[in-house]
Amino acid sequence: MNRIAWITVIVLGLLAPFAVYPVLMMELLCFALFACAFNLLLGYSGLLSFGHAAFFGGAAYICGYAVTAWHLGPLQGILIGTAFAGGLGLVFGVLAIRRQGIYFAMITLALAQIIFFLCLKMPFTGGEDGLQGVPRGMLFGFIDLNKPLNMYYTVFAIFMICFWLIWRAVNSPFGQVLSAIRENEARAISLGYSVERIKLLAFVLSATLAGTAGATKSIVFQTASLTDVSWHTSGEVILMTLVGGMGTLLGPVVGAFTIVGLQHELSSIGSWVTVIIGLTFIVCVLVFRRGMVGELTRLWKRSF
Amino acid sequence: MKKLACSLACAAALGLSVTAPVNAAGISNGEVKIGVLSDMSGVYSAIGGKGSVVAAEMAVHDFGGTVLGKPIKIVSADHQNKADVGSAVAREWIDKDHVDMITDILNSAVGIAVQKLASEKHTITMNTGAGSTALTNKDCTKYGIHYLYDTYALPVGTATAIVKGGGTSWYFITADYAFGHSLQNNTETIVKSLGGEIKGAVQAPLGTSDFSSYLIQAQGSGAKVIGLANAGADTINAIKQANEFGIVQKGQQLAGMLVFISDVKSLGLDTAKGLQFTTGYYWDRNDASRKFGNAFYAKFGKMPTMDQAGVYSAVLNYLKAVKAAGTDNADAVRAELGKMKIDFFGSVGHIRADGLNVHDMYLVKVKSPKEFNPNVGHGWDLLKVEATIPGDKAYMSLAQGSCKLVKK
Repeated sequence: MNRIAWITVIVLGLLAPFAVYPVLMMELLCFALFACAFNLLLGYSGLLSFGHAAFFGGAAYICGYAVTAWHLGPLQGILIGTAFAGGLGLVFGVLAIRRQGIYFAMITLALAQIIFFLCLKMPFTGGEDGLQGVPRGMLFGFIDLNKPLNMYYTVFAIFMICFWLIWRAVNSPFGQVLSAIRENEARAISLGYSVERIKLLAFVLSATLAGTAGATKSIVFQTASLTDVSWHTSGEVILMTLVGGMGTLLGPVVGAFTIVGLQHELSSIGSWVTVIIGLTFIVCVLVFRRGMVGELTRLWKRSF
Repeated sequence: MKKLACSLACAAALGLSVTAPVNAAGISNGEVKIGVLSDMSGVYSAIGGKGSVVAAEMAVHDFGGTVLGKPIKIVSADHQNKADVGSAVAREWIDKDHVDMITDILNSAVGIAVQKLASEKHTITMNTGAGSTALTNKDCTKYGIHYLYDTYALPVGTATAIVKGGGTSWYFITADYAFGHSLQNNTETIVKSLGGEIKGAVQAPLGTSDFSSYLIQAQGSGAKVIGLANAGADTINAIKQANEFGIVQKGQQLAGMLVFISDVKSLGLDTAKGLQFTTGYYWDRNDASRKFGNAFYAKFGKMPTMDQAGVYSAVLNYLKAVKAAGTDNADAVRAELGKMKIDFFGSVGHIRADGLNVHDMYLVKVKSPKEFNPNVGHGWDLLKVEATIPGDKAYMSLAQGSCKLVKK
């Protein structure tokens, strides 16, 4: 992304809450970050994890609990949630990256289900009631996050920092090696890269950022619930990434905005939400093989 | 820099507008808006869903369409059983659309989240869908009303009536998570206090599809009553398989802790016959409930579940309170709701300080196919009311509760 693109994104982000309802914008950004983190793994490393909800929801619970029970500030809460997701990512990663393809996906799914059942049964999570009444609190002790705009700009700042981090990672030698592994793992090995370690690093990075998204969401919505750790959420993030365009930087953002936006806008018409989202997915898979952003970039490149 | 200054100024302006006091008298924004937030597409949609919207619209119609000369509007949304979607919709309703009251809110995670946030924003919620007792205990709020049933009233009502009717020894099949355990504990306490005996319990994981080993244990225990401390698909599976094992035919009794009439309809009388459970509403109980049931059937093609009937009654009583208070200001309406008698299809309830609507509950038994009368209720002649459980017996007393708003 060049300078103009960055400035456009930042300006749009700063102005967005005046055009779109701020709480919806925050939800969109949290899921966009989640999808971006996931894309780092699927799009850039070619690893399909089916258990990312564990990091997203796990961090949401830990952050929510830290803020509620230990009376920490929102930033500390998000950091603890993020660190937890990173640690969990390390454990999952060490176990899962030994296998490839469908086996990798199944191992991540199984591990994520363990986290789901822990969240269902552990006393601090509130079971099916969820963890409720998480206080938004004061950022740095003086910015009142209960004001919608303060909360929004905090979320936007977190999103931009993480987005920049992903951009940086993808456009670094590390990112190049990741692509090399995705394209031809045997060749990367023969070139002397320790493939497993690099994959593990990508996995942990992706899990950590997914955790940041989940922890931020628990502060925004003041709740963490079982939905956040359920396999549906793992599935949804795959959907967002594919619809938007995997392996593109902006794709997951567009995908998340599309899916979450649809869920929100269609909520008033009732039972058609799932059908319409399903159709959107089918159309995207059939017509835009590279996802919306992927297809657009191809058109752009073709015509110039 | 200019942009930043502008956005800061706007932020300040918005902050001010949020803290500005609401006008105390009259109807704000020229109309009364009621939001029906339900599960329209997921597992609970048969309990609430579109039917709840229909029920709310019927209540508005029956009230006359206007209150204090101002129109009444119903808005609805699908929370998809996600606490974040539900709370985002509720926030937008309150902030942008000036919704005055939110009802239904099936699913306790969504229910608690919405109740908390609505109370922060001085908006009344009348929850008919979620059962968690946390709504009026740990998470009770000033403007949150738990209108229809909770996971204390259902098992306690059922257990009290069954033990008194001779079902003195119990065995539990319990869903192995907090919800199931709390259902079992509440029931056990009642059974023991009435001199009954607990023969044992077995924990089945959430989402069990094969209940045979649990049912065999329950059968072998020799207990007179098998309590199903679970809900939804778990209950349905357990009842189906209990029927295959002939448990009811062999003399044991099944007691459901959380069963809706839609579950009975989908199970069929052959399978569900003899099942006893507690409900807040059954269409064929009295004239008032029959009148609403038939009118609802004419509009929706199904008899109402207790949740849908609850939405109707909640909206109607809310509008009565608005009329009596002369305003839709949440404080005044909440005070009025606390004072007035809550008419629930001919029975009378009252709303306590912790937000619980204490009203009579009914122990019902699923009819056998022989008792079924096809000419009554368009094929919904499914239950018979065995006993009325008075509200103060059915619900947890204020002294037992843990709501911080209640002075003890």
